[in-house]
Amino acid sequence: MSQRPLSPHIGVYKFMYTMSLSILHRITGCVATVGLLAFVWWLMALASGPDAYATAMRCLGSPFGKLLLVGFTFSFIYHFCNGVRHLVWDTGRGLERAQARASGAVVIVAAVVLTIVVVWAGCRAMGFTEAA
Amino acid sequence: MSLRTPLGKVLGLGSAGEGSGHWWVQRVTAVALLPLTVWFGISLLTHTLQSYDAMRGWIAQPWVAVLTLVLVLTLAWHSKLGVEVVIGDYVHGKGAKTSLLLISTFVHVLAAAAGSFAILLLALS
Repeated sequence: MSQRPLSPHIGVYKFMYTMSLSILHRITGCVATVGLLAFVWWLMALASGPDAYATAMRCLGSPFGKLLLVGFTFSFIYHFCNGVRHLVWDTGRGLERAQARASGAVVIVAAVVLTIVVVWAGCRAMGFTEAA
Repeated sequence: MSLRTPLGKVLGLGSAGEGSGHWWVQRVTAVALLPLTVWFGISLLTHTLQSYDAMRGWIAQPWVAVLTLVLVLTLAWHSKLGVEVVIGDYVHGKGAKTSLLLISTFVHVLAAAAGSFAILLLALS
């Protein structure tokens, strides 16, 4: 039984750019999971009182904190956009090769543009004067 | 020699029977997260995050608290299902797979509990 083939057989496929989008969907999903833990940590800090909240905001405002926030933001937005693409596929639409390539390009452009907009809005809301 | 029929020997050895439910709930939570995350993101970023009082006052409002609670639980559920698929696809050792699935379950339950508790504490105190 243990010799039965297991999915996915990454090694047998010729590389195509739509593959990297699919892999990126999983990677960004895992990064977003870490982002969820950070979100819960932030909620706990808010519930713990002004001092804990100030400490949490100082952590998030540090260079490493900002880097993480940008990473979480991009990961979440990419996963959101590509997730919509997956939901459309689940209805049986957009599965032709040309359509899948085109929708992939739309997802990348949308994710990058939305990330820039949200990071900009985030810098304002967080009170960062310098750009992240 | 066995009294079991050939069919009886293989029944139940294939699908565990829960795959379609796992798949479907992942889609249901995905659809729910579309409006929830857009609402939360826009609402959050129109507030002054550095102000403890502003954030607390915002999240403690009844509808904001309820929707944020639903958001945290749905995120944790969707995340748990997704991580399970990734572990199932890339971790082949039975011990390692079971251990990681256990850890993932514990972490997600803890995240859902902590997130819910924090929101209730903010809203009810």
